[in-house]
Amino acid sequence: MDAGLLSQYVMNGLMLGMMYALVAVGFTLFFGVLDVINFSHGDVLMVGAFTGLATYIGLSELGVAWPVLQVGAVVLAATVCMALLGALIARYLVLPLKSAPALNTLLITLMLGTVLRESIRLFYPEGANPKPFPALLPTDAYRIGNFNLRVDNLLMLLAGLLVIVGVHLVINRTKLGLAIRAVAQDEETAKTMGINFTLIVLVTFAIGSALAAFAGIMNGLYYNEINFGTGLLLGVIGFSSAIIGGLGNIYGAILGGFIFATLQTLGAVALPFASAYKDVFAFGVVILIMAWRPTGLIGEKVSERV
Amino acid sequence: MRRRALTYAVTLAALAAFGVLPQAGEAKEKVKVGFIGPLSGGTSSNGLGGRNSADLAVQLRNADANAKYEYELVVLDDECKPDKGVQAATKIASDKDVIAAATHYCSAVAIATVDVYNRFGLPVIVWGAVLPDITYGNDYKEVHRVNGTMINQNETAAKFMTGLGYKNWAVIHDTTDYGKGHNKYFSQYVTENGGKILGTFGVTSDQQDFTAELTKIKSLEPEVIYFGGLTPIGVRVRAQMEKLGVDALFEGTSGIVSDTFIEGTGDLAEGIVAFREGAPTETLPGGQFFMEQYEKQGYAEPSEAYGPFAFTAMNLILDTIEAVGPDRKEVRNALNATQGHDSIVGEVSFDDHGQNSVAVITKYVIQDGKWTVWEDSEYAAGTRKLKGM
Repeated sequence: MDAGLLSQYVMNGLMLGMMYALVAVGFTLFFGVLDVINFSHGDVLMVGAFTGLATYIGLSELGVAWPVLQVGAVVLAATVCMALLGALIARYLVLPLKSAPALNTLLITLMLGTVLRESIRLFYPEGANPKPFPALLPTDAYRIGNFNLRVDNLLMLLAGLLVIVGVHLVINRTKLGLAIRAVAQDEETAKTMGINFTLIVLVTFAIGSALAAFAGIMNGLYYNEINFGTGLLLGVIGFSSAIIGGLGNIYGAILGGFIFATLQTLGAVALPFASAYKDVFAFGVVILIMAWRPTGLIGEKVSERV
Repeated sequence: MRRRALTYAVTLAALAAFGVLPQAGEAKEKVKVGFIGPLSGGTSSNGLGGRNSADLAVQLRNADANAKYEYELVVLDDECKPDKGVQAATKIASDKDVIAAATHYCSAVAIATVDVYNRFGLPVIVWGAVLPDITYGNDYKEVHRVNGTMINQNETAAKFMTGLGYKNWAVIHDTTDYGKGHNKYFSQYVTENGGKILGTFGVTSDQQDFTAELTKIKSLEPEVIYFGGLTPIGVRVRAQMEKLGVDALFEGTSGIVSDTFIEGTGDLAEGIVAFREGAPTETLPGGQFFMEQYEKQGYAEPSEAYGPFAFTAMNLILDTIEAVGPDRKEVRNALNATQGHDSIVGEVSFDDHGQNSVAVITKYVIQDGKWTVWEDSEYAAGTRKLKGM
């Protein structure tokens, strides 16, 4: 295999991995502070992408045609709206069930996911059809042998990297991050130290959901198409990535996302049989990893079986 | 006493209003007929075009003073998903008032529902699905089809493409029965005609990312990418080919012959070829009539490639009910005996599997954002060239 093709595969994998990692970080954040799995996360991503699309259409109606402003507004609208939605989910669905069995939270978020998905399908104009997503980033491409380097892909990777670094800094370098880590480590002690537990949970859900919205916009820009079912598979993949990385560990989630993308790419390329099995292959390996390291690759000390 | 009289009067009025009481003049008996197709989802433009065309057949019949019955069209959505299709089929087949139905555009759905129609004894005519097994894979007397199968379509496609001088293909097909069928027949005929398949890639019918498959295809350097699948993922494959710089001709099947495909691919649609059984609407024996009437009804959506077949299927159902009366068994038997029935797509004759023979295969190329018949295109004339020629 020549270098150009290899670079192409790496680029494809990096794009997928970045999206998966952003979703996985959300899962892991929620689990960190509240020990809950939020299965509506993938659908929040999808609603975020649709919010972005609606914003773009709204801007076009107003006659705004400057791409930088369009991208900015689309990302801002999607992340802010989904941050709010995430906080609402935490406040009215997850927190009230805090003392109930974990299964109930699992179930209620699963239901919410279905409600979100069906709402877009039924209430967004012709929401059942795939929607073209505008190419808002420059579409120039450089051909280096067999490698087609696209400027928009590079920009998206860069933006994704910045977001991840940003999350890292927030968690590790700010008072808010300290509080989130404190709550994740020991809720009771954190409370006695004067940390507003509810507020921290809401903020964490807002951050996680905003990340999902960002991934949703990225997904739309990358494929130039979104549909109401987008979040379903992305949610499952994001969750698996968080698990193999070690649920509750942000770096594990990022690592997990890229591992999953690598597996998928490998499954389609390196296996002799039909590429239709690439997801079977990827999820199969996830099962093996889980059997080998039940707490994930970079796991917390305590194992939480889901 | 007065109260009872009043109740009686109100009841009578209500009965009259709902048409239960015999009315003055000659009210026709109401007969229900069904239509199922994908009315939402990525293939919905074909479904809506089919729905409108079937509706047109019913409207024209109801406007005809000589018709013996008044028809009501029951429309259901199968979303191009087998599970939803079986639900819709069961719903329509278990309604005893529905005498017959024109059903399904998507092969994966049509093949899943044939058992239902057989079990409930509902005669149906498939109006768009092209998988051979829908009629040939069973002995169900209830199942008929007015459009052709994918066998002829792929034979013509393979002969035509090798005739143009293309030698190497890569195949992407969805892993439903539909995509697998296309892969099977196209690969068979293209090899027979001296072509070579460099690689075959099965993909799921809702897959989003094709970059890994396409990058691999890029390394195989085929002249043509044959795509055996439906519009939604066809659009994605074409778009991602461009993003990865895959420089090959995109060849589709009847599954992408829809205006939605062109809208979805935009500028990238130019020079894409595809094949469909049946002559183009305007050159059909009754094509002019069909298009005029369709226009008159003012439907919001175009009739699309399979509209004339949906119209023909529904018209044949109505003709048969007119002839033998609203009885499922009678209609089924009469449909099975259909020979040389005059229709807008030409004569319809069912063989012993209920399959109509459609000899003509039309070759299409997208030129300036329109599905253009190959022979009329600038590509055939030589003023434009297909990719790799």
